[in-house]
Amino acid sequence: MVRSGTLILSVAARLLMPLQLLFSVFLLLRGHDEPGGGFIAGLVAAGAFALYMFAYGTQATRAMLRVAPQDLIGMGLFLGVASTLPAWWHGQPFMTAQWWTIPLIGFTFSTPLIFDIGVYLVVLGSVLTAVVGLMDGGRDDG
Amino acid sequence: MQLAVLGGFVLAAFAPLLHRWFGDRAGLVMALLPAALSLWLFAQLPAVVGGEVLVFEQAWVPGLDIELTFLLDGLALLFALLISVIGVFVLVYSSAYLKGHPDLARFHVVLVAFMMSMLGLVLADNLVALFVFWELTSITSYLLIGFNHTDPEARKSASQGLFVTVAGGLALMAGLVMLAVVGESWSLQTLVAQGDTLRAHPLYLPILLCLLAGAFTKSAQFPFHFWLPNAMAAPTPVSAYLHSATMVKAGIYLLARMQPGMGGTEAWVTLLSLFGAVTMVTGAFLALRHTGIKSLLAYSTIMALGTLTMLLGIGTEEAMIAFGTFLLAHSLYKGALFLVAGILDHETGTKDISAMGGLRRVMPVSATCAGVAALSLGGVIPLFGFTAKELMFTSVLHAERFTVLLPALSLAAAVMTLAAAAIVALRPFFGNRREMPRAPHEGPPEMLAGPLVMAGLSLLLGLMPGLASGLVGATASSVNGAPLPASLSLWHGVNLPLGLSLVSLVLGLLIFRYWDYWRIWMRSLEPLFARGPEMGYFKIMDLIVTISVWQTRMLQNGYIRNYLVMTLMVLVGLTGYTLWSRHGLAFSFALDVRFHEALVAGLMVAGAVTACIMRLRLAAVASVGVMGFCIALTFVIFSAPDLGITQLLIETLTVILLILVLFRLPRFASLSTTLERVRDLVVAGATGLLMTLLILTVLDERLFPSIADYMIANSQPEGHGHNIVNVILVDFRALDTLGEVFVLALAAIGVYAMLSFHVDEYDARRQPERKEPRDG
Repeated sequence: MVRSGTLILSVAARLLMPLQLLFSVFLLLRGHDEPGGGFIAGLVAAGAFALYMFAYGTQATRAMLRVAPQDLIGMGLFLGVASTLPAWWHGQPFMTAQWWTIPLIGFTFSTPLIFDIGVYLVVLGSVLTAVVGLMDGGRDDG
Repeated sequence: MQLAVLGGFVLAAFAPLLHRWFGDRAGLVMALLPAALSLWLFAQLPAVVGGEVLVFEQAWVPGLDIELTFLLDGLALLFALLISVIGVFVLVYSSAYLKGHPDLARFHVVLVAFMMSMLGLVLADNLVALFVFWELTSITSYLLIGFNHTDPEARKSASQGLFVTVAGGLALMAGLVMLAVVGESWSLQTLVAQGDTLRAHPLYLPILLCLLAGAFTKSAQFPFHFWLPNAMAAPTPVSAYLHSATMVKAGIYLLARMQPGMGGTEAWVTLLSLFGAVTMVTGAFLALRHTGIKSLLAYSTIMALGTLTMLLGIGTEEAMIAFGTFLLAHSLYKGALFLVAGILDHETGTKDISAMGGLRRVMPVSATCAGVAALSLGGVIPLFGFTAKELMFTSVLHAERFTVLLPALSLAAAVMTLAAAAIVALRPFFGNRREMPRAPHEGPPEMLAGPLVMAGLSLLLGLMPGLASGLVGATASSVNGAPLPASLSLWHGVNLPLGLSLVSLVLGLLIFRYWDYWRIWMRSLEPLFARGPEMGYFKIMDLIVTISVWQTRMLQNGYIRNYLVMTLMVLVGLTGYTLWSRHGLAFSFALDVRFHEALVAGLMVAGAVTACIMRLRLAAVASVGVMGFCIALTFVIFSAPDLGITQLLIETLTVILLILVLFRLPRFASLSTTLERVRDLVVAGATGLLMTLLILTVLDERLFPSIADYMIANSQPEGHGHNIVNVILVDFRALDTLGEVFVLALAAIGVYAMLSFHVDEYDARRQPERKEPRDG
């Protein structure tokens, strides 16, 4: 229904999209200490894909995504649930946060981060499901 | 222990992957888990027989007293052993039975998930954990009955099984909650130990009735027995495993578990003995009506379940030993018989016994297994079933209540069961060879392994019942609540139970001899069967559909304006009433507004008004967007950057979505009358007023200290993060977030389904037009 837009939109989308996606990852990773987090980052990423979709249509966007938006939801839910389990190993109650620091680079990896990535994917997948669905009228033959 | 069970669920999730790697042999690979579990359980046998109760503690949600502690006593061990050992055979068997089936991976996912749910159910010490596993077995059973989902009968049977067991599950939940309240604990171990308190409590009877509703539906007791024969729509390994050896015994397990805590009262003895005995006779009687081998076996399973319930009702020490023996014996012979039935069906292409005959030459191993298992079912010396039946007769004869009724019903059931056993063992294998849909030959070794071992055990334990004494004694001790050693033996001398066995043997063989006449006689009772409890089930289902259609028409008529009016008016009514009655309408607040704040508020009002009076849809959407951005600004002004960013992004995406939707809507037109507009104004005004008052009240009153202080103080030390909002979302309140994420995902799936559905319809309508040439 919405076909490729104007030249300005096409070029802008192509340039902006990597930046937006990068920014969304940045928001996701810094979320624990500064404003940001999985929900916001997911929305930013969804915005990036939506912009691309307006410029190039759903076919191209699907091709770029490689996975169906619904699958993103599934992966996100899986990560969210999986992040609750490591606490079992330490005999702690389900969902207790676990923290591991990777020695050399000093990066802290944790179950809340996995959880946040799950939230990110669910938000991204849900918005894209709705946007893609509305744009091609729910046809899944893209 | 917990890791084994939870790891099993992970294994279930990986079943499709294993199928990609190992092909049809994936079932054999997966059988390694229950095999390892069985070995481990056998290793615990000496300790448990010695009277130890092994406890494996594991916290789950300690704040709510929910634990995932596992408890391994005699009763749990017997069940766990049956589940894992038969599980091994069923997994091996099914990879041959369903060889090459396109959905075999899906089958294994559900089957392994069931196995783990069932293990969790019999091992759980916490009532909540028990209930969760209980419901999981119902759901996996539903998926397995409906495995052939293209068959409408299978789907119908699957939902019938689900409705009956889940309805019982609801009652069970109520019963468990009451039980926990009365006993002030969620731990089964603690609850069962305070039997005297429970029995004396005024809530005893309601608790008992709720538990019985759960147990009777799950274990197919009369009048809920009808779902079990219908569940035979499942593939045969499932029938052998779920609907005979394990899941249907979950109700029995629950009753046995509760026996020391709740048993022995007048109500318990009466209800369990009578319902059990009636179920027993009904099952045995209806079995002889069917020629389908699986239906016949299903009804004889109902008979066994009834017997077990009756024995729990009688509740003497003899009855408890009989209970343990019968449970073990039944699982062995019935598992073997079902698996042989699967071989027959697989190799001959028919399930109808009357169409089979003379198969013993081509299928000697199956014939032997069936013969041995059926002799055990019929309770013929020297099989283990005989020992079980002798013990059953003894306990029935020594029962304290219903001293005439129970022996009479037991004898009748035994007679008919013997006839059923003879039919299953003799009809297909002896007599003249008949024409069958497929040229029959012996089943593959994967399929013969289970029947061979189980029939072999029936014979071995029959000849040497002493081998089972330890396990049976431990089981009976758990049911008894105090140590109760058992010493089983094959020969008890010439006594009344032996006489009853002989009588049942003679009468049963007579019925077998004249089975064809018997069936003709039963056909004349057909009108009676048609008015059975299943009729009631259908009536109730129809009623539910009628009511839901009516209420959907009333409340959900498809107009979003009506939904909004309904939702908002309920909100205004309930919240407004609470506000007015609890708080009154007195407020005190200092009006300290700065210029930029007033400006943002003014913009918001302007946006709202514009949205209401705009004649263009796009303009209305933009005006609503102005309001949204102003809200984001407000968050920024009051230093809540996270909320501000979120609001901003949501607003942007909402505009995108709205514009996409607007493309599909008809022209914007004024369709509502003036009266309707006035109504909308009133609703909107009332909602706005309520929200304003609510916020003022919140500012005015602080009923309890803000939780923000706790969050601020603990965010860095406990959650390792400076962003409090994020720490709350992903750590402190991660469970809430998880729930919300699931809601979001469900909403997205709903949108997707709705759009797909709509497009199909749209395309269907447009199809003829498309064929016309476009250019002209």
